[in-house]
Amino acid sequence: MSIAAAKIEAVPQPGLPPMVTIDDVTMAFGSFVAVENVNLTVGNGEFLSIVGPTGCGKSTILNAIAGLLKPAKGQVSIDGAQVKSVQNNIGYLFQQDALLPWKTAFQNVELGLMFRGVPVEERRVKVMAWLEKVGLKGFEGRFPHQLSGGQRKRVQMAQALITEPKVILMDEPFSALDIHTRHLMQNELLRLWQEDRRAVVMITHDLEEAIALGDRVVVLAAGPRSRVIESFGVDLERPRNVSEIKLDPKFMTLYRDIWASLRGEVEKSYASR
Amino acid sequence: MQAVNVRLIQITLLAVILGGWQLGVTTGVIDRFFFPAPLDIVQQVVTWVIDPGFYKHVGITLSETVLGYLIGTGLGVAAGVWLGLSPFTARILDPFIKAINAIPRVVLAPIFVLWLGLGLWSKVALAVTLVFFVTFFNAMQGVREVNPVVLSNTRILGARRSDLLRHVYFPAAASWILSSLRTSVGFAVVGAIIGEYLGASAGLGYLIARAEGNFDAVGVFAGIIILAVFVLIIDLLLDVAEKRLITWRPKAGEERPA
Repeated sequence: MSIAAAKIEAVPQPGLPPMVTIDDVTMAFGSFVAVENVNLTVGNGEFLSIVGPTGCGKSTILNAIAGLLKPAKGQVSIDGAQVKSVQNNIGYLFQQDALLPWKTAFQNVELGLMFRGVPVEERRVKVMAWLEKVGLKGFEGRFPHQLSGGQRKRVQMAQALITEPKVILMDEPFSALDIHTRHLMQNELLRLWQEDRRAVVMITHDLEEAIALGDRVVVLAAGPRSRVIESFGVDLERPRNVSEIKLDPKFMTLYRDIWASLRGEVEKSYASR
Repeated sequence: MQAVNVRLIQITLLAVILGGWQLGVTTGVIDRFFFPAPLDIVQQVVTWVIDPGFYKHVGITLSETVLGYLIGTGLGVAAGVWLGLSPFTARILDPFIKAINAIPRVVLAPIFVLWLGLGLWSKVALAVTLVFFVTFFNAMQGVREVNPVVLSNTRILGARRSDLLRHVYFPAAASWILSSLRTSVGFAVVGAIIGEYLGASAGLGYLIARAEGNFDAVGVFAGIIILAVFVLIIDLLLDVAEKRLITWRPKAGEERPA
């Protein structure tokens, strides 16, 4: 049974050229195997949500795509090029605060362009445009500690997206926010993404978030030796409103189906503690 | 009201101590040779302060302090960031650093006088050895405690090694160094004064040493008071500098919740 399940190949919606390919990847730390034989393809412009119980090695998959960790086996490629070192053509939205505390909102958003050698004036125009886009006009001179949690997330979004990355990786990006701020930020994210669809891989343990945002939801098994066990297409219309979509009957059916698959894994992960 | 009361009590206390002291000296209860009268000390301080030649001494002690602080901090930051980034070298050098840090710095003064003469630089060297280790340990700690998530994020945004040094490691170290600013400047002053005290031809430490050599207790006490004021003024300047330099850090109670 488990061998058959390990062979599940999660493919994107038809018609989308592949952007991220995860090919038979195993991530291990010494003798501890976090994820094993994972095959995943993310189409260009596709929003992929990965759900799984806590501690199933979800984040290691993202870090493999980002090039922060090397797979023990298999390979990852972005737009046909194999990932060998830290990638600069991606945007990564971390769960924790990843802003430089000694730089203002403006300077933080500016970083990616500065490292790429973009001229000062062009940088200024773009940064101001992005800060306005994420609703932080007038906050450019604030330091991270002078911003609220939601505002810091906005700065992080602008920082990650200003370089126009091919892939956007998100590691439980909104889990530290309160529920209202979270819904607000999720809608905001969808609005930004809708403008300019890119491949997104989002990791979350919140199934509602996974369905409300994603085009496809992939379920990972309980760790260690976690793997993809099922993949569900989400055929909900866009643009979506995160706080209202939960009342859609299609949403509820999907939720029930995916939860049926996820539930067993969550129980397993608690039983093994 | 409370604040006014506190001030009032403080002033009364000071008046009682100084008045009692002065009274004791004039009535002969306290030996003038060991504890000169406060009025005499004040007179000596005033004589020095209105004498233009006195400021040469202040200037020399100040330049020794500043040079010692700047050189010591520069070397400390460079070494701290370097060893913070290469744990292997840090492990190799660890016992040597500990051994050198264990030497009481005062005993080095004669060697510095031997090497660098009685002038300014032997005092600067002594101040440097004191300041270096404070900044060194703080800079190393600062580099080691850089948040790994912040580091990953900056690398993904395209930072090269030199960018990381400039935008992540040095600022991280700098915040630790600024927090040790007071201590290290204090050490620089101590280094300069001790150096002068042990052998010099000018400076505040020299003034005290000379007075002591003449059994001039008034001069010694006056020197001590001037030194105290000297350090207080530096402290005030640092207060201003600190506020200017760390604008990015939250003041107590200013941190915003999520």
